[in-house]
Amino acid sequence: MAPQLYMSSSPHIHSGESTNAIMRSVIYALLPTCAVSVYYFGLDALLVLLLCVAGCLAAEALCCLLAQQPVSIGDGSAALTGILLALNLPASSPWWLALFGALIAVTIGKQVFGGLGHNLFNPALVARVVLLISFPVQMTSWTAPNPIGSGVDAIAAATPLGEMQTAVMLNGQLPPSAHSGFGDYFIGNMAGSLGEVSALAILLGAAYLFKKKVITWEIPVSYLGSVIAFGGIMWLIDSQLYPDPLFHLLTGGLLLGVFFMATDMVTTPITRNGMLIFGVGCGVITVLIRLFGGYPEGVSFAILLMNGATPLIDRYTRPKVFGRILHKT
Amino acid sequence: MDKKTFVGGVHPPDCKHYSAAKPIEVCPLPEQLIIPLSQHIGAPAKEIVTVGDQVFKGQTIANATAFVSVPIHAATSGRVMAIEPRPHPSGKLLPAIVIEVDGEDRWDPSLKGLDVAHWNSDELRQRIKAAGIVGMGGATFPTHVKLSPPDDKPIDTLIINGVECESYLTADHRMMLEHSEKIIDGINILRRVLGVKQAIIGIESNKPDAIACMTKAAAAHDIEVQALEVKYPQGAEKQLIDAVLKREVPSGGLPMDIGVVVQNVSTAAAVSDAIRLGHPLVERVITISGPAVVEAKNLLVRIGTPMEFLLQQCDGIKYELDKIIMGGPMMGQSQLSLAAPAIRGTSGLLLFGHQDLPHIEVGTCIRCGRCVTACPLHLLPATIASYAILGRFDEAEDYCAHDCMECGCCTFQCPANRPLVQNLRYAKAGILAKQRRT
Repeated sequence: MAPQLYMSSSPHIHSGESTNAIMRSVIYALLPTCAVSVYYFGLDALLVLLLCVAGCLAAEALCCLLAQQPVSIGDGSAALTGILLALNLPASSPWWLALFGALIAVTIGKQVFGGLGHNLFNPALVARVVLLISFPVQMTSWTAPNPIGSGVDAIAAATPLGEMQTAVMLNGQLPPSAHSGFGDYFIGNMAGSLGEVSALAILLGAAYLFKKKVITWEIPVSYLGSVIAFGGIMWLIDSQLYPDPLFHLLTGGLLLGVFFMATDMVTTPITRNGMLIFGVGCGVITVLIRLFGGYPEGVSFAILLMNGATPLIDRYTRPKVFGRILHKT
Repeated sequence: MDKKTFVGGVHPPDCKHYSAAKPIEVCPLPEQLIIPLSQHIGAPAKEIVTVGDQVFKGQTIANATAFVSVPIHAATSGRVMAIEPRPHPSGKLLPAIVIEVDGEDRWDPSLKGLDVAHWNSDELRQRIKAAGIVGMGGATFPTHVKLSPPDDKPIDTLIINGVECESYLTADHRMMLEHSEKIIDGINILRRVLGVKQAIIGIESNKPDAIACMTKAAAAHDIEVQALEVKYPQGAEKQLIDAVLKREVPSGGLPMDIGVVVQNVSTAAAVSDAIRLGHPLVERVITISGPAVVEAKNLLVRIGTPMEFLLQQCDGIKYELDKIIMGGPMMGQSQLSLAAPAIRGTSGLLLFGHQDLPHIEVGTCIRCGRCVTACPLHLLPATIASYAILGRFDEAEDYCAHDCMECGCCTFQCPANRPLVQNLRYAKAGILAKQRRT
């Protein structure tokens, strides 16, 4: 007979899933994208990645120590924020930009709200937007892809979305790059931030997340669907002024945003209908900003705006409780 | 056969291999039986014997004290040793009648079966109550209450619960394999009481042998057998009705509100014994299982047999125990010791060592929504739990916290291992207290 028995409330068994495992899966899913960015942008990209991750881990540890809480860098969320932030920066980012971004992401983006699970906005996107507004020159100095071994120095280049905005503003119509080169966009042979370039690598990672059941279909499908629908309608209205929906899908940060930022559990709705509304909202705002806004790219703003709307969405999308005719809102 | 189910739920490992192939064994009599006066939902029974009395097996030793209450019977013949508080599976010390077993196991000679000629609803219902029959799936709701729908609630379907969705448990499974005729007989009696024709037996499809066996036994009686998807909590009353009939029991209501009565397979067998033989509910099949037990078994156990004695019948334990669960691992109760007895609602006794169970630190909610997907009642467990922790019971009530049946799906699935069920219970208690004040 055992001298000491463990008493606890039911249930007595557990699925074995853990927060750490979820964070780990997302990090694994981002590895192809990281690898492609290093391939195209070389050691610059690697340096940005390392600086962002190290910066986020250090900032997280510092915050925990200041708040006299156990140091939570082991849960993987700070490292993940670091990777996502790096993927949102140009390869030419100076070292201080990456570190400052990391500091903003972890402190203002997450820890001031109370740490993991309590933040309202996606930390990496908060940092990206702060950097974009504060350091517009450094944040939009893109370089053309320069695959390892090509032996050429990096040269400045515009992103396809940036090119589009300039052309529409100056000439009143789309540039040639909005009509062709989709194959290059798909594998990632274009200018952009580290994580924007390769659709293929992102889709590989997304497939892994679906397989591990870390993300569900609602937000990606509604986000992509609304971009295709809204972008498609505009394209049908005037295909000289508004690009093909496929161009929307393959350029800029859309795919990275759809599968890795808009699916961040902490900052998005928990109900199925809420997720659908969230995704549609993101899609509409993204296309609005891209076509009519002052910035060439709108994914980060769209997701952040919808992050802000999440508590409201959750409140009004409560599922019908079993055995009740109507739910109260 | 097409498999029906409900929306939500989880898939815990079923772990039934320990005992599924073990035929029911008769457990010997212990030296004493500890028979609690409270073994059912409703008012505890009131003892009618005194210390020193000789009792027969099946003799009523405590009377029902209300409509929602049942009498208690001596589970063997012997002498009343004590009437005093004893350890109860609920963890409390509760009044129990302790019987010194004389080993002769003589039935009360006055117990007689009811002749088919006298089978009318009222007489049958009265006999079922007198036999102390309660829901044997674990909820222990008095059966005669379920069989007494008011006139404005006509019943059209009797559902028999052979789902046994809790991991490890195989008692109902073995009953269906070894006593299918008795179960069918019980179903026929229940149909007679309710005056319904349609009867459906729901069985999870991980028990193909039980489905085959019951289908064969039911064939001549116009009783349907429905295979169900393997998913927890498929055996919860509301989820079973939803799966079989696509009807939702209203919140706060009972199955009879939508024309349904649900009874467990073992309950049906007990009804047959009560009517045909006049035998009250003095024994039941219990699965003794878990990784720590030397030989898992399905034992036919007298009500009141101490758990320690049951464990001896299974050759004891392999290693030091860390947790003892009465019932299944999802909804069962952890036990303070093996001193408490098996009672009418005891479906299983599960034994675990330290390495067999999760010991995970509790983290913070990352709003992953897994609890929302898992909840078979479509609640928002994480949200309610957060309100409960803050003591905001108005909001918890607004989010229908009191609809929670504590099935454990949310906690099972939570990656942060939050004690959601515990928080939900706290919310329910808070809401009740608030309602009492106003």
